[in-house]
Amino acid sequence: MIRFSHVHKTFARSGVALHDVSFQVNKGEFVFITGPSGAGKSTILKLCFFEELPTKGEVKVWGTSSATYRPTDVPKLRRRLGIIFQDFRLLEDRSVEANVAFALEVTGTPSVQIPGRVSRLLSQVGLAAKATALPRELSGGEQQRVAIARALANDPVALVADEPTGNLDERATRGIFQLFRDINANGTAVLMATHDLDLVRRSECRTIEITRGQIVFDTAADGGMRPSGALPAVEDEL
Amino acid sequence: MRLALREALLAFRRAPMLSALSVTTIAFSLFAFGLFGLVALNIRNALREVEDRVEIRAFIADGTGAEATGAAMGDIAAFPEAASVRLVTQAQALDRARRELGEFSDVFEEGILPASIELRLKPGFRDPATVKAIAKRIEVYDFVDDIRFGEEWVEKLYRLRNVATLAGASLGLTFAIVAVIIIGSTIRMAVLAREREIAIMRLVGATDGFIRAPFLIEGFLKGTLGGLFALLLAWTALIVINRFVVQAAFFDQWMGAVGVLAGASIGLVGSALSVGRHLKRV
Repeated sequence: MIRFSHVHKTFARSGVALHDVSFQVNKGEFVFITGPSGAGKSTILKLCFFEELPTKGEVKVWGTSSATYRPTDVPKLRRRLGIIFQDFRLLEDRSVEANVAFALEVTGTPSVQIPGRVSRLLSQVGLAAKATALPRELSGGEQQRVAIARALANDPVALVADEPTGNLDERATRGIFQLFRDINANGTAVLMATHDLDLVRRSECRTIEITRGQIVFDTAADGGMRPSGALPAVEDEL
Repeated sequence: MRLALREALLAFRRAPMLSALSVTTIAFSLFAFGLFGLVALNIRNALREVEDRVEIRAFIADGTGAEATGAAMGDIAAFPEAASVRLVTQAQALDRARRELGEFSDVFEEGILPASIELRLKPGFRDPATVKAIAKRIEVYDFVDDIRFGEEWVEKLYRLRNVATLAGASLGLTFAIVAVIIIGSTIRMAVLAREREIAIMRLVGATDGFIRAPFLIEGFLKGTLGGLFALLLAWTALIVINRFVVQAAFFDQWMGAVGVLAGASIGLVGSALSVGRHLKRV
């Protein structure tokens, strides 16, 4: 569903961001992308939703190839993906339900269907009671739930999340991660970049580690085994 | 479309100060343009009045028969450039001269002034070259003693008109460009104020056309409001000018509508340029 084939990405100012990256994410998979800051995690996610394009190689997402796409394909592709960020990216002057409805409105959902779908999405993320609140009236975890509800609005085939728990405390992180697991259990693939090694270790999900723009291990390719020392033990980190 | 219209109207409510500033800026730039337009309109009206007086006068030799003069007048009236042809007899010429000269009316004796054929030309045929060519065609009649058409002042008049047209077109174009730049900048401020919203729209899969639509409607509405406001300002300025300076004409309904439409178009173009540039950048 998401396939990177020998992808290189070089930025004019900061130089090489990715070097010969190849991997594939299948339908319904849950994949972590880990690695130190500046390793290239966010670049991989941006390439997934065509915010960036590879300098060399090919990115293919849900049938759309970076080598042959037309600009009009990008909005269509993004409707098949749910995109989530560390900083939530909500519209501060609109209520929770308006933020979710916004994603449906801009993709042309008939207006009669919108209230019902917004209500279902807010129930799914546990925010039905806060539909009329403004984002600033919510906690970080709740704001991220709104962002997830918005990402789910157009029934995406995959969620692409860039450090979605980066601004949250441990309890909120657990809640959000559980929400991702529930969404994934319903068949939506999840590609999540994270620094939270504890979360990665506990999850038993496929993990791709990036260092200096290169994949240093992929648990799928390595038979589910993480090389020793690739992920430091919790005690080491502490 | 309904959503785009709603978003455009919401933009006015969300940022009332910025919207008011945009409309006022558009109004003042169009007002400057409109004031210049008023000056151009009044100069044009004045020149048209002078131009209406362009005529060719062919003086008829003494003793010319009425038959020959009548036949010539028939020929001249058939010229495609002719608006009217009139015979001024010797008596009429004397009357006119006495009327125009007032206290010196007794200097002319009867029969001293020749009869003449006066030809007025249709608009569009009053330029020096055409007037000269028509005069040459009349000169061929044997009985024409002399022909006058104020060659020098017709040329001066046309030179003045050309200078006024050129100056009008250059200044008008300059004002229009300035208006587009100002409107583009005010819309750009509105675009930047909603940068975050645009980024989110793109992330959730909105097409560029969908993102553009509310801004284009907003630009169109601001341009229209600015145009109406500018018209009101120009009307106020005209009242002041009429009262304290000189009686001047105002735009007719059609010109007023064109002015408002120009405001709307400038708003639309300014918006399209600003949003287009922003969408290309992000």
